[in-house]
Order: sequence, then structure tokens, then C-alpha cells
Amino acid sequence: MEILNEIKFAMPSLSVNESAARAVVSSFLIQADPTVEELSDIRTAVSEAVTNAVVHAYRGTKGSIELTVRLLPDRVIYIRVKDRGCGIKDIKQAMEPLFTTAPEEERSGLGFSVMESFMDRLTVRSVPGRGTTVTMRKRLTAHGD
Amino acid sequence: MKLDIRTENGRSVAALSGEIDHHNAREIRAELDRYIISVQPEELVMDMKDITFMDSSGIGLIMGRSKLIKECGGRLEVREPQPYIKRVLRLSGIERIVKIT
Repeated sequence: MEILNEIKFAMPSLSVNESAARAVVSSFLIQADPTVEELSDIRTAVSEAVTNAVVHAYRGTKGSIELTVRLLPDRVIYIRVKDRGCGIKDIKQAMEPLFTTAPEEERSGLGFSVMESFMDRLTVRSVPGRGTTVTMRKRLTAHGD
Repeated sequence: MKLDIRTENGRSVAALSGEIDHHNAREIRAELDRYIISVQPEELVMDMKDITFMDSSGIGLIMGRSKLIKECGGRLEVREPQPYIKRVLRLSGIERIVKIT
């Protein structure tokens, strides 16, 4: 697949970097001229994926979160959020709405539901003890659509 | 993220502004909980018209405050969320538990 443009960055799993990740992704996507709603959807999905890595993948520890954002042909946005944390034992269960392993922190268990709902496609790959990779795609409306 | 709590016609109004994510929800949660426990308001309105971003961390924040205020004999209302925040609220089904105006 042809990549029209790409940005890659990594950051430590500090919660303060959740907003930094949203800001970097938003700045990069401005060139694709998304609608306010599309940009809001993507920012929210990125925030959920990064928060999952901070809260769950590196619980009680620190590690690196790597983000890749690509502009693909046909106005498709590709986003990958990768960690090398604890991994997910049961992806199907983790993706069930309202399932959470951190109710004491008031995690609503809606992170994957938001990603699924706000993006066109969501893929989660995880190996316990090795980490998790979340990839998402969303096609922006063409001007005049 | 900013939180300003005032009284309006006998109702407690917590005016929030800025972004709600996992990082700053903790701070708002602590401040709102202190207020709910010390004042025990009959009604607390979370005024969200100046919230510019909210992910599912905001749902946890609202649900947790709703539970606490119910335990204290009061009720919570969420006021004027922006359309893109309404979409996150709708996805969670929280309007079945908390009044959204």
C-alpha cells in the first residue's frame, strides 16, 4: 500500500502524554483537511488507545508507546499504537463493552467500543508478556461528498 | 482543565472547561468528591458546555460522581455537552442513569 505521508513517534507511558499524543496526531492530520467531527473521532480513538497502554499495558511500570500515523490513498487514515507491556490474555473479553480490569480507577470499559465506533476498522493483536498493537483506519469524506 | 463550583438558584453547579481524559479526570474527581462529601448537595449540575474534549475517562468520572451523590441522597445532572461529547455519552448509555440537559 502506497504511503502518502507518515509520522512516527514514541513516548514514555506517562498519563500526561495522552493529550500530547492527541495534539501530535491532530497537527499531522490537518494536511488532510478532515471535518471537525472526523478529527474529533480520531482524537478520541487515539486517546483511548494510548490510555489503554498507560493504564493496562504498563500498569505500575513505565515503558514506551509507539505511534504511527499514515495518510493512505483515497483519504484513508491509518493509526497504529504499539506497546511492549503485559499484553492481553483474552482480546475478545477485553473488547466487550463495559469490561474492565480497573473498576477501582473508574475505567468504564468502553475504550475499545469507542475505537470501534469512531473508526472504520479496528484490529487488536496482543501477545501476553510481549505487548499489544492496535491498528485503526478511517476514511475521510472527500470534499464535496 | 478548570473546575469552578458555584451555587445557582440553590443548586450546586460545577462548571468544567478544557479537556477530560484519564490524566486530568483524577484531579477533577478528587475535587468533586471533596465537595459532594462536605456539602452533600441535593442537586449537582456538571456544566460541560466549555469541555472541548472528552474520551471514555469522562464516562467513568460522571458515573462515579453519580454513584457518590446518590449515596449522599442527591442527584447529578449533566448540562449542555457539545455534540461530539454527546456521542461518547450516547455510546455509554449513561443517559439511562444520569439526566442530560
